[in-house]
Amino acid sequence: MTRGSLRWLRRTALTVVPVVVGVVLATFFLLRLVPGGPAAAILGDQATDQAVADLEAELGLDRPLLAQLWSFVVSVVVHGDSGTSLLYGVPTRDLIVDRVGVTLEIVALSVVLTVLLVVPLALLAALHKDRLVDHVVRVVPAVGLAMPTFWVGLLLILVFAVNLGWLPAGGGDQGLRSLVLPAAAVAVSLTPVLVRTLRAQLLEVLDADFVATLTAAGLPRHRVLAHVLRNAALPTVTLFGLNIAYMIGGTLVVERVFAINGLGALMFDSIGSRDFPVVQGVALFCAVLVVLVTVLTDLVVNRLDPRTRVLA
Amino acid sequence: MSADLVAAAAEPPADRPGVVPVEPSGTGETGTGETGGHERVARPAEPTWRRALRTPAFVAGAVITASIVLAAVLAPLLATHDPAAQDLLNGLQGPSSAHWLGTDQLGRDLYSRLLYGARTDLRIAGLAVIVPFVTGVLLGTVAGYVGGRFDWVVARVVDTVVAFPFYVIVVAVVFAVGAGERGIYVALALVGWVTYARVLRNTTAVYRSSPWVVAARGGGLSHGRVVVRHILPNTLTQAVVLLMNDVVFVIVAVVTLSYLGLGVQPPTPDWGTMITDGKAFMATQWWLSVAPGALVVYTGIGLSLLGDGIADVWRAE
Repeated sequence: MTRGSLRWLRRTALTVVPVVVGVVLATFFLLRLVPGGPAAAILGDQATDQAVADLEAELGLDRPLLAQLWSFVVSVVVHGDSGTSLLYGVPTRDLIVDRVGVTLEIVALSVVLTVLLVVPLALLAALHKDRLVDHVVRVVPAVGLAMPTFWVGLLLILVFAVNLGWLPAGGGDQGLRSLVLPAAAVAVSLTPVLVRTLRAQLLEVLDADFVATLTAAGLPRHRVLAHVLRNAALPTVTLFGLNIAYMIGGTLVVERVFAINGLGALMFDSIGSRDFPVVQGVALFCAVLVVLVTVLTDLVVNRLDPRTRVLA
Repeated sequence: MSADLVAAAAEPPADRPGVVPVEPSGTGETGTGETGGHERVARPAEPTWRRALRTPAFVAGAVITASIVLAAVLAPLLATHDPAAQDLLNGLQGPSSAHWLGTDQLGRDLYSRLLYGARTDLRIAGLAVIVPFVTGVLLGTVAGYVGGRFDWVVARVVDTVVAFPFYVIVVAVVFAVGAGERGIYVALALVGWVTYARVLRNTTAVYRSSPWVVAARGGGLSHGRVVVRHILPNTLTQAVVLLMNDVVFVIVAVVTLSYLGLGVQPPTPDWGTMITDGKAFMATQWWLSVAPGALVVYTGIGLSLLGDGIADVWRAE
């Protein structure tokens, strides 16, 4: 292990450990926000005080706060679990593992679709800076920011499922085909912002001396562009790392629109049945996933770009 | 398209809880090397409102925003029907002279409901951005100015909040607090401030070591006076631009939560629940769901343009 990677490890640990601790604490204290406490919320308005007290005892909510926190932390760290589902009586971890597959597929597919949308558009705008294409590509973000992801999903259903009949409107039973529209909804709502940023980065690269040198040396335009794209690849990776939280959140909501039985369905169903531990588990899982992806992208960028290693 | 809009678009998009742009290398400030508007500095005598009126983004944004705000405020005058009045025999009608945009499945007038929906959603979004704005500006400024341990703690809390996908943490908090308006306010108060805190922290930290702040301190001014009189006036403009973008984001969040059944509760008319209600009739009465969403987009474009316009006008000063 080189000194550089040791330094990276130390720097990463210093930022990641506090975040993970914070995420676990935040998830734990989520229950404290419930007016009257979770037990009363589960049982409803009609519950007697005795019933509430009994349920609190059963769930361990009558113990001292620190004791509760301790067992929560132990459960999370040792078992990777936020407790037992009130509805199903199984560890929340098992429920999440069961449902996460399809969600991750949608996220992955939307990453692919976003790249396919963002890179050409950003390149187009950057190459035609200040001309009509550029203006159009850059005015669209204002529209994109204001489009609710779930509504984009509905529009896609309307056009591609209801009117054209190309793709299924919902359910996950048709394999990849049924995931295209949900992934597209996430991609479309993310694209505008990314185009804006990537365009700015491409312009920076296009401005670099090596581009002028290559052009002056008589390299054909498409080969110069290949160099430009290679240099713009890293910022793109960083961009996706930074936006992974947005993609996961968007996917959970969009699952609802397309009636897909993933993590989002698990979360919203658990909300319906007031299954607190599962909601906590999903939130915790998503946050940890985001932190992991962030660290991974940082690592990739660090590996691929010698400059960040020097500067780190 | 004039140079103004170009300059506006060249600005990196607002730092927001969900969508995170990569900051351009360098100071982390707005400069990507092509931020226009410098030629404006040559005419300092021009009053602000004159410059605002010559900024297309500002004018377009102001007109759009004003139109939707007016529609919301004047909803009781503009509406043709009671937005909650049901007429079960005349459900799912197309546009007619009686119902300009038709009716929903319960025979309620779509046009009137859209107007009252604007009233509900704009009011909630407008109220929901206040607490995050104030907390975020306060914490960010103090963290950036004081630095040290306080700064570290604020930064870690920001990191923690940002680690949760926006809709996951907001949905979880609304669920815990209880669905409805109160839940939205609590959730956004807990989550929304990070945007401001992050940006304000960075700009304040930059200004803290600037010559004029050092001079002001050296001249014997108290920390409080330096912050309020010499740093905040510089950072607040950016915060206000963030605020405009945040309002868009919050409107979308309110509508999304309502769509999920966690936000505005029936029978209060709102765009999100209208989209949910219309979803079942997508194949025949698609406009029931599309129209409220289109209004969200319309409002959002107006506010974004207004934000960009304000940024432009200020940058020129």
